[in-house]
Amino acid sequence: MAAAGLPATAVLGVRHHGPGSARAVAAALAALEPDAVLVEGPPEADPILALAADADMVPPVALLAHPADEPGRAAFWPFACFSPEWVALRHALGRGTPVRFIDLPAGHVFALAREREREGQGEPGGAPPGDAPPGSPDGPRPPSGAGIPVASDPIAALARAAGHDDPERWWEDVVEHRGPGGRGGGDDPFAPFRAVAEAMAALREPASGEAAPAAGGTRDDALREACMRQQIRAARRAGHTRIAVVCGAWHVPALERMPTAAHDRGLLRSLPRRVRTETTWVPWTHRRLARHSGYGAGVASPGWYHHLFTAPDRPVARWTTRAAALLREAGHPVSPAHVIEAVRLAETLAALRGRPLAGLTETLDAVRAVLGDGAEAALAPVRERLVVGDAVGRVPDTAPAVPLQRDLTRLQRTLRLRPEAAERHLDLDLRGGTDAARSRLLHRLLLLGVPWGEPTASTVAGTGTFRESWRLRWDPGLAARVVEAAPWGTTVAAAAEARARDTAARASALADLTALAETCLLADLPGALPSVMRAVADRAALDTDTAHLAEALPALARALRYGDVRGTDAGALRGVAEGLAVRICVGLPPACTGLGRDAAEAVRARLDAVHAAVALLDEGGSRGLRDRWAAALRSLAGGQPGERTAGVPGLLRGRAVRLLLDDGALPVEEAARHMGLALTTASGPADAADWAEGFLSGGGMLLVHDDRLLGLLDDWLAAVPHDAFTEVLPLLRRTFSGFEAGVRHAVGARVRSTRAGAPAGPRFPGGSGSAAPGFAPEPDHARADAVLPVLALLLGLPGPGSPGAPEDPAGPDAPDAPPARAPAPGTSAARATPRGP
Amino acid sequence: MAAPTDAPATPPAAPRTGVPGASGATGASGPGAAPVLRPHAEEAFADELAALAACDDRPRPERWLLSPWAVATYLLGGELPDGTVVSPKYVGPRRVVEVAVATLATDRALLLLGVPGTAKTWVSEHLAAAVSGDSTLLVQGTAGTPEEAVRYGWNYARLLADGPGRDALVPSPVMRAMAEGKVARIEELTRMPADVQDSLITVLSEKTLPVPELGGETRAVRGFNLVATANDRDRGVNELSGALRRRFNTVVLPLPASVEDEVDIVTRRVRALGRSLDLPEPPRGAEEIRRVVTVFRELRDGVTADGRSRVRSPTGTLSTAEAISVVTAGIALAAHFGDGVLRAADVAAGIRGAVVRDPVSDPVVWQEYLEGVVRERDGWKDFYRACREVG
Repeated sequence: MAAAGLPATAVLGVRHHGPGSARAVAAALAALEPDAVLVEGPPEADPILALAADADMVPPVALLAHPADEPGRAAFWPFACFSPEWVALRHALGRGTPVRFIDLPAGHVFALAREREREGQGEPGGAPPGDAPPGSPDGPRPPSGAGIPVASDPIAALARAAGHDDPERWWEDVVEHRGPGGRGGGDDPFAPFRAVAEAMAALREPASGEAAPAAGGTRDDALREACMRQQIRAARRAGHTRIAVVCGAWHVPALERMPTAAHDRGLLRSLPRRVRTETTWVPWTHRRLARHSGYGAGVASPGWYHHLFTAPDRPVARWTTRAAALLREAGHPVSPAHVIEAVRLAETLAALRGRPLAGLTETLDAVRAVLGDGAEAALAPVRERLVVGDAVGRVPDTAPAVPLQRDLTRLQRTLRLRPEAAERHLDLDLRGGTDAARSRLLHRLLLLGVPWGEPTASTVAGTGTFRESWRLRWDPGLAARVVEAAPWGTTVAAAAEARARDTAARASALADLTALAETCLLADLPGALPSVMRAVADRAALDTDTAHLAEALPALARALRYGDVRGTDAGALRGVAEGLAVRICVGLPPACTGLGRDAAEAVRARLDAVHAAVALLDEGGSRGLRDRWAAALRSLAGGQPGERTAGVPGLLRGRAVRLLLDDGALPVEEAARHMGLALTTASGPADAADWAEGFLSGGGMLLVHDDRLLGLLDDWLAAVPHDAFTEVLPLLRRTFSGFEAGVRHAVGARVRSTRAGAPAGPRFPGGSGSAAPGFAPEPDHARADAVLPVLALLLGLPGPGSPGAPEDPAGPDAPDAPPARAPAPGTSAARATPRGP
Repeated sequence: MAAPTDAPATPPAAPRTGVPGASGATGASGPGAAPVLRPHAEEAFADELAALAACDDRPRPERWLLSPWAVATYLLGGELPDGTVVSPKYVGPRRVVEVAVATLATDRALLLLGVPGTAKTWVSEHLAAAVSGDSTLLVQGTAGTPEEAVRYGWNYARLLADGPGRDALVPSPVMRAMAEGKVARIEELTRMPADVQDSLITVLSEKTLPVPELGGETRAVRGFNLVATANDRDRGVNELSGALRRRFNTVVLPLPASVEDEVDIVTRRVRALGRSLDLPEPPRGAEEIRRVVTVFRELRDGVTADGRSRVRSPTGTLSTAEAISVVTAGIALAAHFGDGVLRAADVAAGIRGAVVRDPVSDPVVWQEYLEGVVRERDGWKDFYRACREVG
């Protein structure tokens, strides 16, 4: 009955990735038994079409096409098992029916795109060819149904006409949710296609009436449709009598009403010369299907569609049951009674909204209200695993090599890095061009999950940041990893960038992200850096633990300096690092209260690291940051009358004073005052000893050079009560054992000499003018200057002429200095000559 | 998004008699009685309900005055075929209302969750009014709500005089709703003691309320259902038991989706409140209101308005209702102690008070926000200074 009135050519208009369309196509093909199947897609892929029937080919997969000379410009045509095109391919291949792609060849599309770029090249800022747009590995999309502006999105227009605000839902209602044999469809498998064709014809009527095919998408559409018609004609000429054409619904009217062949030839004559194109199959994922893709029809819920297509019956009940199982796994108490109620609610909602069947919206609403206690958060696993789904496709080994592999091979040749199964070591000097490129390649491959090289500790003794050591070993399994990574991009650089961006979006720990930022710099992926930095900023902003922030900052500051060495633009990095530093300045003082001994110890280490990082950041010119940090340290140090410093451990207060003193942000008199406040019998001896440790750790020269400090310490120690002394002693011992032996001796000698030398009167008279024991009242400049020539020689400076030269030789300006500022013995110089420029 | 659209602003309509579905409780206010301060929803919107009922030809569940579609339209607003314009009672996602109405049409009870000021009570009142024409079957949950409030009590004089019998029994609103097939409301369900909450389990699962003293029971007739509201931010006072929770479908009422909506709600409520407090209307308050709403939204959402950077959220709820009280207090300050113009200094203290609830963690959040976001924002210098002054 149905076949009676069939035209020789049945044009089956579909919605790309629509499960309802896929079912309808399957039914129509079964009824039609065509002797040729023509599918919208790039004809260049015809030779590898047969692979679609391979047992090892598991959708979702995508056809990938790219110009042979420009792998960076690629186009993808993804297929899921619920894609109507896939159903048509498999149907034809399963029966040995000839099947062909009939769209405009990808070579022409690439040529057109290049032509347009050349035209637009007059303006500066036109994207250089080969520079795939960041974010999508898809590259330039072939102009397809979605190439036309959203305003003329056919399905949206139809939905609006039907009074629906959501085109997806409308299409679901009228097509997806009514299978053949269902209501409305009757027994005629062609009824839905006739309805779609009619609707599209009505839609295209005014467009073709007023404006002739003109620029932009419309011209592309005309070209593509002309090409498709030519292919249909060719199939007819080849003697096929029952031809099935599977194409996007929009094209149906243009393929059913055939103009003359000469008209189409004329149209196609205007095409630029075809670019030589390579095609292959690559594995795809549901997650990528959810984005916009080659067909221009990204689907928001591939997992749901997959379910609709594969569930034998009662899709809502089955889906809700699966959602319940997932929620149970996540620890929600969900019973079968819940599932029953959810299904009932979904159906009631569908009725209330006037829909024929509960769709994804209703089902999700019901699951949220019944199973998830109304909370969106509970739905996260459901959305992740069931709405989008985590299906990963597979491609047989016989598929042609992916462009990523070709790009890798090319790089391996130019960089003279042969993939060898034997393990070998590689030392790279990053100052050299080839070595730097090798390092970048290995880092990028690591990012892509292709661990060809493994970074190792340098075998060459050298502390420079310009050396890197790798252990190389090419495992044949890595080839499979390259294929897996293929969807990320067609060149190693582009793929690594896309992958880094994706990783950044999913990483949850701040430390992972800062590490990723560092890797991005190492792998020279400036394009990925903004996304990573954004993720860092977001995570950092939400991290309530100042400790985490303090841990993240030094890495960032390092990355920043390293980026400067490599000449990367690190503006974003700087912004984030400074933001982080500001937050640490705000959050640190409250986070330091009420800490135990061990916690205080950990914070002290972080305090030092942050201090060094702030100094590094400060070189970039933001003086304000240093001031803020100093203010934070000051509030930590306490000592202001009326200030509440209770709760900040002595260790940290002491450390803060020391850091301020080292920076010259606190005059030594002030430091002495702090010391006096801390080292009194009023505060507990243990706390005072902690203070002393915080203040003195990392360098005791201070005591040798400043009698007041030593005196205060000595006085306090002498006043510690007998029973508390045993408690304090180990702490002090530990502090002093950290000093160099020479310093310990010097301190001991000073204490002995002062005790012996000034038994009466005020000991250790402070202030200027009065000489400290062992020193003359005034410095003897002539004798002091005698040391300058030797010092200049040691430091490699031009000579003793410049008085500022010997200052601060180990300052942070030296690129390879260890990041932590060593509280050098020369610290006391801070009071004599203000540090830094 | 919660927008009690015009209830506060609507002048109290004169109470009518013969309102469809008006229960005995409102019958006392006959003609000539003093106008009440606040009419019930079914009285204030009697015209709309009548118009909806007139043109509603869709199937209605038993004892529902309107079809589910009409109930949803009543809440969300729209224009009827006969030209009657139904005012929106709730401005927010359509989904929320649809799920709520669909839930009432099944035999599951409805639990409206949300932070204070998201119109939970408002929605529940209007749902009851539209479905049953009676929003007065209400139990207010408090720490002292006795079991009698959800089951039944006794008229002791009767009990002593006549002995136990139906006449001596004082039914609770829930019991009456069961008998009459109406929608009962429970406000602040989680404030009730847990044992009182659990007395609802039999009602919701068996749909009956046994009266062992009389050896009988009151069975729910069709049309009975229960709408409860609970505060999901002040959680944990009396957490629902698993058994009870299982019998509710939960709908979370979200906070206003856009700044515009929220500014609108705040402005309107502040004006209404100010009128009742006899405060002068500040001539350029709108700017400051927008600022307050922006601060609240940014801290609440954890992201700045331009979406560029994240901020930490404090422990407080920072609901629209709190924004309203901050602005109202600011206007009072400006009117009584300032020059009558609402300025940054007038709201700064209020904002800080609303943000800093936890004395340990919140000051840091607030400082970070001030230093990281407010400080650099153009035109916010005065606000930054004012906030710095209050600490």
